[in-house]
Amino acid sequence: MIISVASGKGGTGKTLVSVSLALSLKDTQIQFLDCDVEEPNAYLFLKPKINISRSVNVLVPRVNEVLCTHCKKCAEFCEYNAILVSPKKVEIFSDLCHSCGGCAIVCPTNAIDEEEYRIGGLIGGKAGNIEVIYGELEVSRPLAVPIIKEVKKHTSNGKVVIIDSPPGASCPVIEAVKSSDFCILVTEPTPFGLHDLTIATEVLEQLKIPFGVVVNKSDLGDKKVWEFCSSKGIPILLEIPYQRRIAELYSKTIPFVEEMPEWKEKFQNLYIEIERLINK
Amino acid sequence: MKQIVVLSGKGGTGKTSLVASFAVIANNAVVVDCDVDAPDLHLLLQPSILKVKDFYGPKLAFIDKEKCIKCGLCIENCRFNAINDDFEIDPFACEGCGVCGAVCPQEAVTFTEQKAGKTFISKTKYGLMVHALLNPGQENSGKLVTMTRLFASVVAQEEKQPLIIIDGSPGIGCSVIASVTNVDYALMVTEPTESGIHDLKRLLSLIKHFSIKPLVCINKYDINEENTKKIENLCANENIPVLGKIPFNPIVVEAMVNGKPVVEYSPESNVTKEINKIWSRINLLL
Repeated sequence: MIISVASGKGGTGKTLVSVSLALSLKDTQIQFLDCDVEEPNAYLFLKPKINISRSVNVLVPRVNEVLCTHCKKCAEFCEYNAILVSPKKVEIFSDLCHSCGGCAIVCPTNAIDEEEYRIGGLIGGKAGNIEVIYGELEVSRPLAVPIIKEVKKHTSNGKVVIIDSPPGASCPVIEAVKSSDFCILVTEPTPFGLHDLTIATEVLEQLKIPFGVVVNKSDLGDKKVWEFCSSKGIPILLEIPYQRRIAELYSKTIPFVEEMPEWKEKFQNLYIEIERLINK
Repeated sequence: MKQIVVLSGKGGTGKTSLVASFAVIANNAVVVDCDVDAPDLHLLLQPSILKVKDFYGPKLAFIDKEKCIKCGLCIENCRFNAINDDFEIDPFACEGCGVCGAVCPQEAVTFTEQKAGKTFISKTKYGLMVHALLNPGQENSGKLVTMTRLFASVVAQEEKQPLIIIDGSPGIGCSVIASVTNVDYALMVTEPTESGIHDLKRLLSLIKHFSIKPLVCINKYDINEENTKKIENLCANENIPVLGKIPFNPIVVEAMVNGKPVVEYSPESNVTKEINKIWSRINLLL
């Protein structure tokens, strides 16, 4: 079973919820995939013993200047403006390249082949019964999606897979949540939280992934998130009140379910409820 | 013209609440919301829209089944696994690269530009605002950010406004890179949590990479004063000015619920005092 944890707005508590869920399911083999590769944080809480660490590379074009006639067909073809052909030189902007391979296909003199280009890393390890894998985008590289794809390639059958998604509502989120059996949307009961939750629900509806909502800091703000969810028939799976203790533990990367074990049961119940909703 | 962008690696640290307050204090600066995936600034600044412009995202492939001979070349060459065995395009996987069209012997593939979002030029009580909305699930938020910033520059020039304040998005990826290019200052809003510090460090390397002058402010600094000290030391070592430390105060959320920038909603609060101090320091730099 694959459960992803997402939110339109950043900082609503995705990592808090996904880490707590992973730590609460004790007798289960769990795989935790942190797909927030721009700012991966879950490993700070789960503290895995690292045993995998490797580079994530993409293919970018390499031009053989001897064969190149500077016809510009490659540059005209490239949708991402990653190739600039001047009369004497071809310049490749690897950070803009989407690795589609089209430039090599359209080159009439076979002057283009491809080389590997590092865009980040993939790191993995064990934390008790939890296998943790996360991606880390190299600073100044713009493309997160290929790293998310690489992390998700490791998705293990037979385990409960928990995916920590990046914030927002564009391509990295789609890549992270797609093919999940269920998605938990974490929100806070504020106008910002509600606005971005609405956007996130549209993404999940398009992808046809069933979802429910966890309201974090549930006693702050107003009641509009509840009104929205009840009008749309979206289940509210759990409410986590704002407690200074939770915030303090979070600030020290101590998972609050370890210090406040009564919460483990609530997260176990959350999991049971998700199973029930999927099988309904 | 000067441009300042407000960023945070980690989401939810208070970028938008801060930018809305800056808009009030700066009075008549052009304010830009570049968090196009999940824009929220309009909820505080209550803009009335003057102009709307459509944003076209990447092309989407379409295979004409009448012409298709099912040779499979498109499937074989598509690096995004966007074509299924029935020769249908998965719109979420297709990146519009055009390879399927280039290899098709039957010219069965056509491409359509898709409306992927909108940009708005608006007026608020505090001046002009440029913002955008990416349709949920679309690609290319970086391009939309660039387009939004371009409109902001044009508007600022037309109106002879010397200052643009940009609300950025979380992370360090394409939309963040698009919102930092060619700005003068990046104010990074962080919170005193280990994850906040982790994300701040990554964002800081990005800002340095693009040779932008970094500034820091610590939000909810009193949640963990030990970590606040850590951030201050980190910044001191790197010669980065810490412009202020905003205390945790539920009044910020209350202001948000009432759809107002906090400096306007609660002019006497400790949060307002600190934001005023931060802005006066930014003003000195500008």
